[in-house]
Amino acid sequence: MTIQTQMKTADNGVDVEALREIRQALTDMPPAALFTWRATCAWLGGVHSRSTVETFHGACAEQAHRTPYSVEADHPGVFAATDNAATPVEIVLSALASCLTAGVAAIAQHRGVQLRSVTARVEGDMNLHGILGIDADVRNGFEAIRVGFDIDADATREEIAAIVAQSQKRSAVFDIITNPGNVKVALE
Amino acid sequence: MQRITTVVVGAGQCGLAMSRELRRRSVDHVVLERGAIGESWRSERWDSLRLLTPNWMNGVAGHRYAGSDPDGFMSAREFTASLTRAARHDGAPVMAGTRALSLDRAGGGYRLATDRGDFACASVVIATGACALPRIPRFAADLPADVVQLTPRSYKRPSDVPEGAVLVVGASASGLQIARELALAGRRVTLAAGGHQRLPRRYRGRDILWWMHRVGVLDLPYTRVDDLDRVRRAPSLPLLGDPSGADIGLDGLRDLGVEIVGRLGAVRDGAAWFSGALAHVCASADLKLGRLLDRIDAWAEAMGYAGPPPHRPTPTRVPDAPRLSARLGGGGIGAVVWATGYTPDHAWLRLPVFDGRGRLRHTGGVVGDGLYVMGLNYLRTARSTHIAGAPRDARALARHLVGATTRRAAA
Repeated sequence: MTIQTQMKTADNGVDVEALREIRQALTDMPPAALFTWRATCAWLGGVHSRSTVETFHGACAEQAHRTPYSVEADHPGVFAATDNAATPVEIVLSALASCLTAGVAAIAQHRGVQLRSVTARVEGDMNLHGILGIDADVRNGFEAIRVGFDIDADATREEIAAIVAQSQKRSAVFDIITNPGNVKVALE
Repeated sequence: MQRITTVVVGAGQCGLAMSRELRRRSVDHVVLERGAIGESWRSERWDSLRLLTPNWMNGVAGHRYAGSDPDGFMSAREFTASLTRAARHDGAPVMAGTRALSLDRAGGGYRLATDRGDFACASVVIATGACALPRIPRFAADLPADVVQLTPRSYKRPSDVPEGAVLVVGASASGLQIARELALAGRRVTLAAGGHQRLPRRYRGRDILWWMHRVGVLDLPYTRVDDLDRVRRAPSLPLLGDPSGADIGLDGLRDLGVEIVGRLGAVRDGAAWFSGALAHVCASADLKLGRLLDRIDAWAEAMGYAGPPPHRPTPTRVPDAPRLSARLGGGGIGAVVWATGYTPDHAWLRLPVFDGRGRLRHTGGVVGDGLYVMGLNYLRTARSTHIAGAPRDARALARHLVGATTRRAAA
């Protein structure tokens, strides 16, 4: 009974009904599920750059965002840089947190759980001996990443833990970070 | 060409259960068996394998377990013997040493070609098992040539595995059991664990399957499952049929010295690369186990269960920084066991009965006009996955088969 009521009243601002329809459509038409995402990055001088996203391919057609968006990246003063923006690795951490948070909201909605607040704190440990080429045994990227969720919702701790687990299971960025993938870089 | 009403392909627990139901309904039939009765159990499992289900659940074709150890776990060999006994007792019309080669439509029925002649029949029951072919990831082809590759079908005993470090890929029943056996034989074992389940062998004084059986976990019909595709993909329960009643799980394997790493994600430059999501898949398995135990406890309380009180296992002990890669060959890992699941072998069906991913389409075992399948995961209920599910599924499908035959005759 409670679950039924929650199903109707929980509103996290995610249109689960529409998502369900999209899922069905993409199940029935597998080619429509093949997406290609793009970004164009321009050097702005120093180690400062601006990436812009505008178009992507999906649902068997060219698509575009409502408007182009851009994300700038730079490096902080301790790197002897101008610190005009976040570092690329902080953007990666932000992308992970955003992806998991979006998942938490959508899954909570799907399960009829009303969220009141969600905060994800992300930390990544990095040994700069890697990118500076000081120690060949140290990797460039994060040695470890930790995500801590602080969630206030109408649900038990176990239910919230299950939502967080499911958001990892369905997260693109979590997969990108935890699993190897092939990357090709070419000169055009 | 031999004419017969129904051909059952496969004389295992499903084929024999179906034969019994057809006999009770006086349906003229034959049970084809490529080898001897219970061939998969006989020749395609490892030596030490015992059934995961307690003996009281392992009756065959309506014959209850009649031995002296209903709570024990019989070996695959003993189970094969019980299949043979049941078939003999019932006088099941088994044609051993007969391999089905192809199935086509012919007239209003089917033409089934075998290596010992063809059959013309009105209906066919496919009972060749869910675990016919090991499923191996594509990147198996990228392994260095000096790495020996095995599957739960080709692996028989630890001495089959060359000396040195072994990577077992997959943390379901087969992977866990093979990793354990290799570790007990003194091998250096790494186990790659992706999404997996965790189950204790016993809970509150009873076998976990006793609980699942009683609570009704195994009884939800396929028509009422939200995501049928997902439950049908679920691997065998992560249990061990050990006489000691021991659990099998990642913690226990770590205690035996097995190194646990994440899902094998890629093979590149002579190395295996593992996912960094081990903590996540372990937490998911713990949560899922917690939900099952909650359900059991609620049922136990409602029924006034007088046994030991509820308790919760401690969360899986995940290593702090699980290894993300391992060298393959050249003194690193010398052998890989692909315990990455199985698929049924339906390649001999020359019929438009497959979905886009090559899986047989069926509705609770009814594939189409006069064509049935048995023994697949969650065919009709979760019970279908187990030996204990065969008699019930056989009854439902035999009823459908006879009804369809009668309807055809009336038309």
